[in-house]
Order: sequence, then C-alpha cells, then structure tokens
Amino acid sequence: MVLIYIDQADQQIKKSTQEALSYGAAIAKQLGTTAEALLLGNVSDNLTALGNYGVTKVHHINNAQLNTFDAKVNATVVAHAAKKLNATVVVFAHNINGKAIAPAVAVKLQAGIVTGASSLPDTTNGFVVTKTVFSGKAFAAIQIETPIKVISLNQNSFGVHTQEATAIVEILDITVPAPSIKITSVDKIVGEIPLTEASLVVSGGRGLKGPENWGILLDLAKSLGASTACSRPVSDADWRPHHEHVGQTGIQIAPNLYIAIGISGAIQHLAGVNRSKTIVVINKDAEAPFFKAADYGVVGDAFEIVPALTAAIIKSKASA
Amino acid sequence: MKILVCISKTPDTTAKIAFVEGNTKFDENGVQWIINPYDEWYSLVKAIELKEKDPTTIIHLVTVGGADAEPIIRKALALGGDEAIRVNSISNDSFSVATSIAQVAKEGAYDLIFTGKETIDYNSSCIGSMVSAMLDLPFVSLATHLELNGTTATLKREIEGGEETCEAILPIVVSCQKGMAEQRIPNMRGIMAARTKPLKVIEPASIAASTTIKTFELPPAKSGVKLIDADKMDELVKLLKEEAKVI
Ligand SMILES: Cc1cc2nc3c(=O)[nH]c(=O)nc-3n(C[C@H](O)[C@H](O)[C@H](O)COP(=O)(O)OP(=O)(O)OC[C@H]3O[C@@H](n4cnc5c(N)ncnc54)[C@H](O)[C@@H]3O)c2cc1C
Repeated sequence: MVLIYIDQADQQIKKSTQEALSYGAAIAKQLGTTAEALLLGNVSDNLTALGNYGVTKVHHINNAQLNTFDAKVNATVVAHAAKKLNATVVVFAHNINGKAIAPAVAVKLQAGIVTGASSLPDTTNGFVVTKTVFSGKAFAAIQIETPIKVISLNQNSFGVHTQEATAIVEILDITVPAPSIKITSVDKIVGEIPLTEASLVVSGGRGLKGPENWGILLDLAKSLGASTACSRPVSDADWRPHHEHVGQTGIQIAPNLYIAIGISGAIQHLAGVNRSKTIVVINKDAEAPFFKAADYGVVGDAFEIVPALTAAIIKSKASA
Repeated sequence: MKILVCISKTPDTTAKIAFVEGNTKFDENGVQWIINPYDEWYSLVKAIELKEKDPTTIIHLVTVGGADAEPIIRKALALGGDEAIRVNSISNDSFSVATSIAQVAKEGAYDLIFTGKETIDYNSSCIGSMVSAMLDLPFVSLATHLELNGTTATLKREIEGGEETCEAILPIVVSCQKGMAEQRIPNMRGIMAARTKPLKVIEPASIAASTTIKTFELPPAKSGVKLIDADKMDELVKLLKEEAKVI
C-alpha cells in the first residue's frame, strides 16, 4: 500500500498535498496496489472528497495535539502508522514540513529515501526515483535498495490529477508522544499566497534601482494575481522583505510563470527559479545571461515595459 | 555548552555541472570546492556568535568525507570552532552520512547540533531530520533565529507564508538558513590558528547504503528565447495565454 502524508496548517489541508496525493495514487496504480492517505490532527476540509485525488481511504488520527506541527512527534506518529498499516511506500510533499519529517520517518522505518523527486519512479527493474540535484541544474536517478521506500515530491513537478471518487474515512488509533517543542507564536503574512505555493510570480532585481520603484511591479503582480519575489541583493539591501528572496540561498520555486524584471540571471539566482514552467525576462541589456534561460524576452527599459504589460493584461482580462 | 556543527564540502555555486563515466559520476575536473554555504554562513557563524556570548562554549565541527575534505574543514576552522572530526567515509547516501554524524554526536554529548538547510549539490535536506531521529531529539528545521536562555532555546522557523516561534529544551537538532547569522570572512589570525587546531580522523561503522545513484542527466536545453518587441505587449500576453497557457 502507498501511504501519503496529508500536510495541514490552521485546520486546512495544504495545496501541495493535492499533488502528493495524485502522485502517490499514480505510484500505487503502477505497483498494482492501493493509495491511502494519512491525516494527523483535525481539519475543516471534507475528507471523503480526497478520493478525487485517487486515494481509497483516509486514515485519520484525530488527536488535537496534532493540529500543530512538531517534527519529532509527527515523524514518530507517521512511522507508527505506516508500520501498523503495512505501507510499502510513504509519500510526502517536498515542502517545509515534508522536508522536516520524511527523512526521520525513513530512519524509523529503515527505509531508503529520495527527497525532491521530480517524476514517477521507474519500477520496471527495481525502484528508481529521479530527483533534481545541483539546485535544479541536473537530475539523478536513484535506486532505493530497501523493501520500504520513502519519497518526497518536488512541488509543481507532477501536477494535480483528479477523478470523481470518494474515500472512506477511518479513525486510526496511535499513541501520540508528549510534545518536544512549544509553539509560542505564529506570524503569517495575511492575504498573500505563500511564494512556494504560487503559480504566478513577478520578481524584481537591482535593475529597478530602489524600493520606491516597486509600484510598477506590484501593479503587474496585482493584474495577474501573482505573488512577488526578488533577487538576493534586493533583499540584502532591505528594498524587499527577506521572505521574497529566491535563488540558491533563498527560496526555490517552480511556478507556472516567472517574470524576471531587471534581474541579470546570475547562476545562483537561476538555481532557485530554473524549474519554472515558463520564464519571461525583461531586461535592458540584450546580453543579460537570463535570456538564455528564458522562454520569452523583452529587451528594453523596465520602467516603460512593465506598465505597458500591466495595461495589456488588464485589457485582455476585460475582453475575456 | 557544546555545539556540533555539520560541515559539508560542495562544488562552488558557479561550478560547471557535468558528468563522466557514462553519466554515473560528477565531473570534478576543474571544480572549486567550498564549504556548503548554508553550513558556513548560517550554522557555523551562529555557533561562533553563541561562543562570543558565552566563551565557555565548545564548538566541534564534523564532516563525513575523504582526505580531500580537509582543506574545507581547515577553512571552516579558520572562521571558528575548537576542533574538527572527519569521519573517513565517502558516500552520497544520506542515511550513511547521518549514521556517521549521529555516532559522533552521541559520543560528544552535544547540547546543539547544527546542520545547514540542505547541501547545494544533492539538495537532499535529510541530515538534520535523520540525525534527530537516530538520537531521538527534537528537530527544528529551517530555523532563521535562535536565542538561548539557560537550557531553553527560542527559535524561529520558516512556515509557508510566514514564521513560527517555538521553544525547546536542549539538546536539540537545528537546520539553519538565512537569518540565523551574517556571513563572515576569515581573518589572518583565524587562518593561522586553524592550522594547529586538532583534526581527528575516525573510521565509520560499516553501514549498508539504502540508496545508490544510477545515473545523472542534464535537463534538456531551452529551445531558445522568443524575443518580443518592447512596444508589443499585447503580443506577449497573447503568447502567455495561447502558447504557454500559463495565464
Ligand atoms: C554563494 C552565492 C549565493 C548566492 N545566492 C543568490 C540567491 O539565492 N539569489 C540571488 O538572486 N542571488 C544570489 N547570489 C548573487 C548573484 O550572484 C547575483 O549577484 C544576483 O543575483 C544579482 O542580482 P540582480 O540580478 O538583481 O542584480 P544585477 O546583477 O546588478 O542585475 C541587474 C540587472 O538589471 C538590468 N537593468 C538595469 N536597469 C534596468 C532597466 N531600467 N530596465 C530593465 N533592466 C534593467 C541590468 O541589465 C542587469 O541585468 C549569490 C551569490 C553567491 C556568491
């Protein structure tokens, strides 16, 4: 059986879970077994509807202590559940919490693990999972040698696949160990889509000259319903908040659309965005390295191009 | 206070990524090696900051690797740290590396075990989580802030769209990222001192790898950028809608 971890926060299932469920269901199909999901804590979502992503069952450990995340506790509980349910493959989203617990779960299950998988495993001869390495600059095909396998799936690499189905919800009784940490506060930027979950991202670099010029970028983001990001020097200079810094030393993202404005495309920047499906580069220097990694490019002054692009988007939306 | 900082050797961020021997091995030819940036800028410097506040703090560095990792560990010692341990094992299986580190950690009875958020070569982001499971310790991942008050640590960690503050009683394992500390450059005194700091080499316990890398592959090259005239933004919107189908 393939067991998929449901990640939740604030009593809501995270969007990345939908993709992990779809991926786990596809692996199960390939192996001729069932896909089942595991939920820790309580959520307001309709659990039977998770059948739409291909799982036949949802095992629910409805202990309120699990409403908040504690890596040690969650890893222990997931490993116990996987053992009890005889899971042979355990799937996580390679998101913040998935990264925190999938390796610990693998240790507890004596399972080999591949994190950051980019496609379905090849099970024709063994169990080989392909993952991105060297910050998206290459792929490695890795054979898992153990009977039990743990995989975490890179976000936005498999897609969400749905069908009409309902899942059976079963309460699972697992002893929950005492908390190992105490969460004292949570600060969320309200009203913004987290960068790692955004499908459209507009990003600015040093070419915008200063924080006072960000208005044109924010207008463009607003016209698209996109999240905003920036290059490292921009966040280092405090023109933009640190959580917007993407790249090798910032956040790695893989949105459907990444629009880079006044960013040169240094290799360390590309390492954080090169998995984006479509890249648009706006830069006044036709020789900027970013154009080599781009799908569409506009050579010229961002201060003229960006407002024109925003206007074109608004016009196109109005006529749609 | 005893801190163990995990140090990994990685290719420089600008290294050319290529493979040899039928795409089964990373091409090390001409590659410059550096301390994994997350290990250096955030874990190690954070440990040094803690020692500056409390000089009785002892910092040990650990690396799992061959003799060719020694220049990197000396470079790390030049920034700070009292002594280093190299586990003489070459492996890119996270489980084997974590087992070696856990063994060192157990013997040293550390209060804090720091790893970087991930290494920039294999991007596995596994070691902290694995070591915490092997030692049965709390794990705080992607930490951006840490303060100590006796044996209680107050940490901030990244969550989707924000951050969370938590408290944990030492010993704990922490994976560090941007925010934890400010990057430093080693000075001459540090470089001189590093030469004579103890560097102990130990042999690993025999561990069967749970994974094996079969082959590497480079991503397909982009088919080339399509340039759009600066005064034809309607055309760009049309392409994004109808060709790329992303808006
Ligand atoms: C170890 C290491 C890690 C790093 N990690 C990261 C990372 O995670 N993320 C990251 O982003 N960087 C990172 N960097 C830094 C990286 O090397 C680059 O220095 C950085 O990305 C450059 O930022 P930029 O493109 O905004 O600025 P610049 O390189 O200064 O580029 C500005 C661009 O704007 C263009 N421009 C100027 N005016 C206009 C205009 N009016 N209209 C249109 N275009 C204009 C210019 O042609 C130029 O291409 C790292 C560096 C190192 C050494």
